[in-house]
Amino acid sequence: MPTSNNVGRLAFVALCMGALALYPLAAGSYGLDLVTKIMVYAVFALSLELLVGATGLVCFGHAAFFGIGAYAAVLGSPQADAANLLVLAAMAVGAAAAYALLMGALSLRTQGVYFIMVTLAFAQMAYYIVHDTPLGGGTDGIYLNVKPVLGALDMGDARGIYYTTLACLVAVFGFLGLLLRSRFGRALAGIKANEQRMRATGFSTYPYKLAAFVISGAIAGLAGFLFGVKDGYVNPELMAWHLSGAVLIMIILGGLGHLRGALVGAFAFALLQEFFKSEAVFGGFAKHWHLGLGLAIIASVALLPNGLVGLPALWRQRLLGKARGTVPTEGQP
Amino acid sequence: MDFATFLIQCLNALQYGLLLFLVAAGLTLIFGIMGVINLAHGSFYMIGAYMAYALAPAVASTFGGGFFATLAVGLVLAVLLGYVLEWAFFSFLYEREHLQQVLMTYGLILVFEELRSLLVGDDVHGVEPPPLLAGTIALGDVMTYPVYRLFISGVCLVLALGMWFVFARTRLGMMIRAGSSNREMVQSLGVDIKFLYRVVFAAGVAVAVLAGMVAAPVSSVYPGMGSQVLIICFVVVVIGGIGSIRGALLAALLIGLVDTFGKVVFPQAAGVLVYVLMALILLWKPNGLFKAG
Repeated sequence: MPTSNNVGRLAFVALCMGALALYPLAAGSYGLDLVTKIMVYAVFALSLELLVGATGLVCFGHAAFFGIGAYAAVLGSPQADAANLLVLAAMAVGAAAAYALLMGALSLRTQGVYFIMVTLAFAQMAYYIVHDTPLGGGTDGIYLNVKPVLGALDMGDARGIYYTTLACLVAVFGFLGLLLRSRFGRALAGIKANEQRMRATGFSTYPYKLAAFVISGAIAGLAGFLFGVKDGYVNPELMAWHLSGAVLIMIILGGLGHLRGALVGAFAFALLQEFFKSEAVFGGFAKHWHLGLGLAIIASVALLPNGLVGLPALWRQRLLGKARGTVPTEGQP
Repeated sequence: MDFATFLIQCLNALQYGLLLFLVAAGLTLIFGIMGVINLAHGSFYMIGAYMAYALAPAVASTFGGGFFATLAVGLVLAVLLGYVLEWAFFSFLYEREHLQQVLMTYGLILVFEELRSLLVGDDVHGVEPPPLLAGTIALGDVMTYPVYRLFISGVCLVLALGMWFVFARTRLGMMIRAGSSNREMVQSLGVDIKFLYRVVFAAGVAVAVLAGMVAAPVSSVYPGMGSQVLIICFVVVVIGGIGSIRGALLAALLIGLVDTFGKVVFPQAAGVLVYVLMALILLWKPNGLFKAG
């Protein structure tokens, strides 16, 4: 059974990536931009999944890394020339990883809800630094004049940034998939299940957690970098706790403990938002889109305890239960 | 800074801190006792402030009363709201993971904000303090201080004392404390723990709504006030130690002082000071100042 399950999951992810690769052939400019944005969020969500889903560390300050990556993209570009994409990306990822190292080294001393709040505190510090100092243009934010290029690949072109983002998404997904299957990933799973026992078996857990934190921050920085390059504009709201919250919501909605949950969650969250915002469906009521989104989220908690990735299992159970014609037993889900 | 200014800032810090305490008290109770991370708690504060604005005309025409009648009506509605919410949305969440609760209460925030927008609109409103408390008292030769702000501090102090009394000295408080340390045991001793939780939740909601209502005349009423107070209240809760009322009070006063004087002394860095304080305290004491017990 597990092998056939794995094949099914792999096929699902491959199908998603294939569909994303073909999408620009059919899409208009609005759709292209939207899906690019969602893919950026998916990379961001994957980075958080490494911490929350795989290691059991709930970080509520992930927007800091996203924002640092985005700001690095804009601040690191020359005024009038196009920057080299790879150099700029490396700078952004490095900056985010450096802040993650600092934040992780200190906040990993705490646990549980206290950890959640310390990560929030560090993110808020970064937020106020760009918000209240002239470094990042204050509340107005700053514009990226010339988008970076790599040879013939121009980030100013909608398809250029689309495929770059898709490539990053595939790479990050593959990297995390391998990482979680490695010895390192198993150690993280052990820490999530029972950190005390891991320590008792001779693992020094702190370096593992710190490494996971830095990798996660670096990937979030990559997502932020892509976002900054895509929009060509950054403002402090990219570091606000609302974004940290939104990305957490994405991975919970998708289903924790699965990489594809982050992928599904990012798409579900953003598409639900688009759906409830659409004036074609809701007319004048579309400006009250939060109501629909909120109700959808509440319904998902009530009906899907394992998130959206738990849906197939739920259906299978229903179908099998009916097909066998067994008498439904009370209290058995 | 001369002495009168200093005094005024101290009073402001006290009033802000006590108000934070009221909102944070409900949060820390629901968190510490029921184990639910309730992101929607800030919304109750927002609902309270909007009630103070929107209920006033209706209450005035029905009961002929002013501000205090509005407070009473709002409080009754808040208890009902808390009771129904616990029944509909929270009662099945206790056994779920914390993050499922986060997701659910995040959904509730969106719903509350949008219902507020549908019912009252998105404008910023002011609320008049009651005529009885509209005056000022003199501090020194030139400075004055509004009576209403003193009234807020007074209300908060009375409520804080009341909460302490219920928790530490009554049978109900004893059952609640017992329920927080071992739910099953208390249940098997014949206490209706579900009802008890519902009461705690309703009380937490009522206190937050009350805080919003009394704060409305000084803070004005605006969209987004809920999420602003939510984050700062979480800061208060973790600095104080989760589930500890005493800790919440101390932390709220500390935050009130740091925030108020931060705005006067370092206006550039006022926003960040509170978070620096939290990070320092948690790095020094990883479980907050007071462990709940």
